[in-house]
Amino acid sequence: MQKLFPAYSTLLSRWHTLAGNPFFWPVFMVAGLLFCVAASAFEILDLYLQLILIYVGINIILTVSLNLINGYMGEFSVGHAGFMAVGAYVASLITIHVFPQGAEAMLFPLAILAGGIGAALVGFMVAIPSFKTRGDYLAIVTLAFCMIVKSVLENIDAVGGPRGMLGMEKLTTLPWVFFWTALSVWVIRNLVYSNFGRGVLAIREDEIAGDLMSVNTRQVKIIAFVVSSFFAGIAGGLYAHALQFINPRMFDIIKSTDILIMVYLGGIASIAGSIIGAVVFTILLEILRPLGVWRMVFMPLMLVLLMIYRPRGIMGLMEARPFMPLRDLITEKIWRRKKKETGNVSS
Amino acid sequence: MYIFQQALNGLQLGSIYALIALGYTMVYGILTMINFAHGDLFMVGAFFCFLLAVYLRLSFIPTLLLSILGVSCLGVIIERLAYKPLRNAPRVSAIITALGVGIFLENFTLALSPYSKAVPSLLDNTTWTLGSLSISSLQILIILLSLILMVILDFIVQRTKTGMAMRAISWDKTIVPLMGVPVNKIISLTFAVGAGLGGAAGMMYSQAYPVIDPYMGIMVGWKAFISAVIGGIGNIRGAMIGGFILGAVEIMTAAFFPSTYRDFVAFTLLLILLIVKPYGILGKPHPQKM
Repeated sequence: MQKLFPAYSTLLSRWHTLAGNPFFWPVFMVAGLLFCVAASAFEILDLYLQLILIYVGINIILTVSLNLINGYMGEFSVGHAGFMAVGAYVASLITIHVFPQGAEAMLFPLAILAGGIGAALVGFMVAIPSFKTRGDYLAIVTLAFCMIVKSVLENIDAVGGPRGMLGMEKLTTLPWVFFWTALSVWVIRNLVYSNFGRGVLAIREDEIAGDLMSVNTRQVKIIAFVVSSFFAGIAGGLYAHALQFINPRMFDIIKSTDILIMVYLGGIASIAGSIIGAVVFTILLEILRPLGVWRMVFMPLMLVLLMIYRPRGIMGLMEARPFMPLRDLITEKIWRRKKKETGNVSS
Repeated sequence: MYIFQQALNGLQLGSIYALIALGYTMVYGILTMINFAHGDLFMVGAFFCFLLAVYLRLSFIPTLLLSILGVSCLGVIIERLAYKPLRNAPRVSAIITALGVGIFLENFTLALSPYSKAVPSLLDNTTWTLGSLSISSLQILIILLSLILMVILDFIVQRTKTGMAMRAISWDKTIVPLMGVPVNKIISLTFAVGAGLGGAAGMMYSQAYPVIDPYMGIMVGWKAFISAVIGGIGNIRGAMIGGFILGAVEIMTAAFFPSTYRDFVAFTLLLILLIVKPYGILGKPHPQKM
């Protein structure tokens, strides 16, 4: 590949120096936030593009949080849309019924936070069966849970039952989406490379061995599920206030499948992969919109082809430089230097 | 009387779930892969039935046989094109491929026929009444046909050489080819049989509940998958039992509670069952290597 494209290797090394720059993240964050504020305040982008960017942000939150369970922990959770539904309903109920008129925009983050906490409580309940059941059986537990949430919502008349809920103001703006997206990526990336993250990886590789190495698997599982569902709830709250309408059928198994596809398209166990997967999936669906019904025929075909030729997804088990911790970068540098000196390194 | 009536309805729904669940469980047993496109093969079976009944005006038995044949061929084609290249890939990528194939089938059918279709009835449906109990001939036919198909399947798997090869492959995939078993052929055959049963279920479902649409396979497929898990996935007799249990539970819930609680109760029961028996009713816990 590098012989075929000499430009590729120069680009790669440029990217590595850029990503190694200590100012990369602060500059990127400030520029992104400024752009989002400007885009929503002065209408640099039209509303359609803004809405797409909002969806991209929400999908990134969903994908990164699901990757914590499906990618890093190696379980197969199919119920992510259920957590999203809980967050969406809790946040919408709070902005409609609890907040005083006129102050919703100020208090909006609190509502989102409450949605996240509600979803996290439900996630805690799902974590308990995961102690004993694993693999396909855990997939069924999460699936059943997703269906239960949906049918409970359909049976509560106070939240509109199957008709759904209306009356949220359009409170989800681009800067808020940027903020929550950055927060979720930051939190999950730091969790994954922390001591706790080692425990999560241990569960994926071999649960019994991890247990013997004094990983508290139960605690790790609970934390992973709670964090993951918390961010799914946040995404749900943002989604409800971007669309201004929710009903239980939006959060069924099809939505879960979409999130799963974004995770595996981007690649498991990779923050950068999740972001790429969410962005590619969302934008590709919009680009293909002129095809009408046929876009949903081409989309799964592309997915199948990708899986056949690259079964781990775009970035499976790899990480982009900006997300790598310093110690890994240093290790890599030392390893490269040794390789250059000795010609080959056996370890 | 009311209970018997509902039990009969439960048996009808359960036999359809059981037929679909068999496809899930057979493929799982042989490849340890969940074929999420299976629910959509069921949907394709219903659409084949619609096409054959409306455009070729065939009667019941030819329609059933041709639906089974068509869906079997589709199942084998999907296995050859989409799943075979992934046989040594990580397990999740096969699952995602299956999800992708399922979405492809749904939307391809949707693109070809955007509206719900009404399937014409292929049999003169006579209804016998015994007191307040009313039994339709279609109901009896569906239950009997699915039982016959299940008995045939059980015979094939337990008594024939092919079935022995299937069981052997699910036992150990590396040794079996050394014994001269054509693994690829057997896997294709498993897909053909599983998909054929799904097609039969789709055809019978479209006779019992005659409005069909491209998304009908999702919910029924997931429920059949749940039946397979209740019985212990990979276990053929378990899938049959699971299908009947789920059908009975759903119908009984709808009979005694408001029908909107149907899914809620069914799935809560499933959760409780999985907490009590984490490997299903007939499933055996996988030994974990230390």
